[in-house]
Amino acid sequence: MAQKKTETLVGLFVVLGLLAILFLALKAANLASFSLDSTYTLQARFDNIGGLKVRAPVKSAGVTVGRIESIAFDNKTFQGLVTMQIDRRYQFPLDTSAKILTAGLLGDQYVGLDPGGDEKNLQPGDTIKLVQSAVVLENLIGQFLYSKAAETPKEGAGKK
Amino acid sequence: MNVAGVLEKTGAWLLRQLTTLGHATSFFVDLVRHAPGSLRRFGLTIAQIHSIGNRSLIIIAASGATVGLVLALQGYITLSRYGQAASLGLLVALAMVREMGPVITALLYAGRAGTSLTAEIGLMKAGEQLAAMEMMAVDPRTRVLAPRFIAGIISMPLLAAIFSAVGVIAAYVVGVIMIGIDPGQFWSQMQDGVDVFSDIGNGVVKTIVFGIASTFIALYIGYESEATPEGVAQATTQTVVVSSLTVLSLDFILTALMFSTK
Repeated sequence: MAQKKTETLVGLFVVLGLLAILFLALKAANLASFSLDSTYTLQARFDNIGGLKVRAPVKSAGVTVGRIESIAFDNKTFQGLVTMQIDRRYQFPLDTSAKILTAGLLGDQYVGLDPGGDEKNLQPGDTIKLVQSAVVLENLIGQFLYSKAAETPKEGAGKK
Repeated sequence: MNVAGVLEKTGAWLLRQLTTLGHATSFFVDLVRHAPGSLRRFGLTIAQIHSIGNRSLIIIAASGATVGLVLALQGYITLSRYGQAASLGLLVALAMVREMGPVITALLYAGRAGTSLTAEIGLMKAGEQLAAMEMMAVDPRTRVLAPRFIAGIISMPLLAAIFSAVGVIAAYVVGVIMIGIDPGQFWSQMQDGVDVFSDIGNGVVKTIVFGIASTFIALYIGYESEATPEGVAQATTQTVVVSSLTVLSLDFILTALMFSTK
């Protein structure tokens, strides 16, 4: 009898532990939105991928449609080769453009897809042709300073 | 300052430590070898899970709740400075699942279950129960040691999961019910930021490693303790100290391996 009570309590303990793990997985993590639907591969080459990381989301119209699978360096074109896994439910036209955007002002970076107007869709394994690289803050500041410096000599010449 | 004497003593100490390490390793290999035998007599293992796991449930759950409450309060104070109070759920969940759950559960486990294991094995050895078992051709390693080892490995992840889950719920109580953060943002930020495999999965791996380490240390120190009351008492304190230090060092190594940003 004591043996049976012990076994029941242990069973209860194991169930409680598994429930806790399930709670964490469903409520605290992203298992519920973990799409087990199959995905297809798309690629894109960027001059500068900025702070893009593997497993960053791929969004279109702000909705997550896929994930970045891998980022590699293409030694022939000296560009960053980004491989994405897109949910099979969503097809994109051939002239879709890919941009590297930032969530918020200083947040993580992700890839945004802007659909074009082509009738034919991108096939699995295709490369997106129209790309816009990440905004590099240093280049922006450099451009700004250069344009400022280009303005002042004209004013100085006028004043003299 | 007798330099030669000091060197001699250091060398002897080093050799003793190496011998202990070798002895401990062979003990560990023995435990693993006899584990399948204990799985066949599963009733023994279940009794041990009851004594290790069920009995620790109250302290683990209570600690989980309090750690969750404190994390939520402290986190809110800092996050609200930057207007990010809505990320409180994410902060607490990540802290709990990755670090606090595995480590604090392991430390409490070492203190509660580890000491009871050490004392039990030490007293069994002192009372010559283990020797008597060997006389009856019953292998004490299969009957006594391996069930406790398996029970520890099974209980630790479950206890840590309960700790983390209770902590997250406690943070919800503080954040949403007491402070008034929006519950939708609380949960959605958390779900957005906590990944099942890399965060929760790695946390579970950590708890399994900590469970193996603390249970093994508790059993070994108990097995090797002196057969006197003072010996057993000293063994129990030694278990807590060695287990805690080992868990913390393993945590550093595992965190560096798992959560390094590539």
